[in-house]
Amino acid sequence: MEDLLNAFLLMSNFVFVPAIAYGSQLALGAVGVTLVYGILRFSNFAHGDTMAFGTMIVILFTWWFQSMGINLGPLPTALLALPFGIIVTAIFLLGSDKLIYRFYREQKAAPVIYLIASVGIMFVLNGVVRFIIGPNDQRFADGERFIVKAREMKQYLGTAEGVSIKVSQGLTVITAIIVVIALFWFLNKTRTGKSMRAFSDNEDLALLSGISPDKVVAVTWILVAILATVAGTLYGLDKSFKPFTYFQLLLPIFASAIVGGLGNPLGAIAGGFVIAFSEIMITYPYKKFVAYVVPGDWKPEGLVQLLATDYKFAVSFIILVLVLLFRPTGIFAGKSV
Amino acid sequence: MKKLLLATVASAAMVTAAYADDVKIGVFLGFTGPIESLVAQMGPGAEAAIAEVSASGKFMNGSTVTAVRADTTCVDAAAATSAAERLITSDKVSGIVGGDCSGVTTATLTNVAMPNGMVMISPSATSPALSTIEDNGLFFRTAPSDARQGVVMSNIILERGFKSVALTYTNNDYGKGLADAFAAAYEAAGGEVTINTSHEDGKADYSAEVGALAAAGGDILVVAGYLDQGGKGIIQASLDTGAFDTFVLPDGMVGDSLPEAIGSDLNGSFGQAPGSDSEGAARLATISGDAFDSTSPFAGESYDAAALILLAMQAASSTNPADYKGKVFDVANAPGEQILPGELGKALDILASGGEIDYVGASNVELIGAGESAGNYREIEIKGAKISTVGYR
Repeated sequence: MEDLLNAFLLMSNFVFVPAIAYGSQLALGAVGVTLVYGILRFSNFAHGDTMAFGTMIVILFTWWFQSMGINLGPLPTALLALPFGIIVTAIFLLGSDKLIYRFYREQKAAPVIYLIASVGIMFVLNGVVRFIIGPNDQRFADGERFIVKAREMKQYLGTAEGVSIKVSQGLTVITAIIVVIALFWFLNKTRTGKSMRAFSDNEDLALLSGISPDKVVAVTWILVAILATVAGTLYGLDKSFKPFTYFQLLLPIFASAIVGGLGNPLGAIAGGFVIAFSEIMITYPYKKFVAYVVPGDWKPEGLVQLLATDYKFAVSFIILVLVLLFRPTGIFAGKSV
Repeated sequence: MKKLLLATVASAAMVTAAYADDVKIGVFLGFTGPIESLVAQMGPGAEAAIAEVSASGKFMNGSTVTAVRADTTCVDAAAATSAAERLITSDKVSGIVGGDCSGVTTATLTNVAMPNGMVMISPSATSPALSTIEDNGLFFRTAPSDARQGVVMSNIILERGFKSVALTYTNNDYGKGLADAFAAAYEAAGGEVTINTSHEDGKADYSAEVGALAAAGGDILVVAGYLDQGGKGIIQASLDTGAFDTFVLPDGMVGDSLPEAIGSDLNGSFGQAPGSDSEGAARLATISGDAFDSTSPFAGESYDAAALILLAMQAASSTNPADYKGKVFDVANAPGEQILPGELGKALDILASGGEIDYVGASNVELIGAGESAGNYREIEIKGAKISTVGYR
């Protein structure tokens, strides 16, 4: 019994807790990608760098607040800076829409042209972020670091294994739940949300029934700004902020959105967790876990690891390929433009 | 017109004067990149020796010496190679102090220094592979090979009573060389290495790597990485998940920024970095002043590397690498009068009058084998979130 408890605690510490936090971050990112895809009808490759941009603004405000001595006690100051980051990011996204995407919308350009334009915006953002905050790691987390510390939990329970839960991980999950509930409420219950869904389902019909396309587009970008900034800030708090890693996040985020079914917000959330759990579970070595679960001294010699941790990104690719081969529209039926 | 002519003549005269009397030494270190916090002390260390020689007025009949900085980036071999080429072809240096990290040092040695016949004395490249590399007698180092550090680290760990360790290294020449040297020494002495695995620098999240290390088990974790990069990430993730509490920190991990970033959780971790308690180290501390921290890893070695190049030039009465490369061993080792930091002027006098010197310097320089330091190490422990010196070996 003791061994089974230890095995469970071990898996919680190294697999479940990190995967749930990582999954929430991916889910928030993937919902943003899926919204753009569903409503504006293109794959927004600039999303990873939009996250970096939003996080950068949050970090700059956080530093400003810290220098003035404002803080939230045990919670990171970044939460306070979050609304400001969202506002600046929203202004940036609306500006880029007005300058670039609107032109193509008026031309009724093919989705692939939007996609290429978004790649251009991605490179510009890449440069802007590096120019302002630099390419290095930035620390902006403050407040308490842990909700539960593994060492204290071991002493409390008297077990060999403990679980540590970071404040950032708890925050990530709670914030993700709140944001997702608010988003679904908005899309399903409000007039604007309903008009967005109508626009997504059938653009011509929506225009005929008097829905203003400019408003739908603007609201979509504001939602994307909220989702991207929140996802980026949570990822930065939990791990670390470095512009390049946000650029790399694009792959797992797109994998999540595609696995769940592009254009389907519920699918994007499910996809985020599928990707996060598979990345972590496939690269986790089960040596200790097996040693706890099997009776007696059957401790395995090897690490019982399916793939080395270096191949984490390959896992997203493999899942992406498998899903596209066998269920091209994703687990939950999405759309294909 | 007359004025212009005069100005031209005057500036031409100045250029000629500079050409005759000014010797340039390249300070070729990673001013940016994963060990930039160490180089912030190493660069001024090397420049202190250069300035001392230059100010003495005794070098090569009163020549001055200037330091020219170039960036190895520590990790980017292409950038390092072109920076070294610039030093030699455009800045016309007569010797190079550097490179710093083993990978870029190997690349610049084979691609730039050997074809151009340029002497390189590295203060910090410690890969065992550099002991056996083909170098035409052009490459020396005031840092010891990691083969030696592996043995020292193994002794420290065993003396502290740890019989089983997990080992992770940064995935490059330095990390792999040190990890292999340590694992061989530790296992030969009866210790158990539960896992020997690499990590990549520059990732956001190391929890998966730590998961693998924790699954393999071990009393403590040896992190042969860089303090500004993956090494810090591994330690942070290990503490976060409670996988390991105590860490062994080899030279690439010893620096003030690590305990500053991690805090008191690092207390009790220990390690070693090249350094000695010799009279030379104390002397260097008195002459360093506010310019640099002479106890920072490789700062003394950097001073020594620059001093060795200049003393060898003086002994050969030539700034041509082909002439003075054979003198490096002579000035570094016995017989002769022992030379400590701050006594470079005296050494120049002795050499000018045809005498012999035995350069001891800040790090007890004694060149062995293919031209590398025999190695003195400072054993450190983190106490109260600060690096403190336990002893020397």
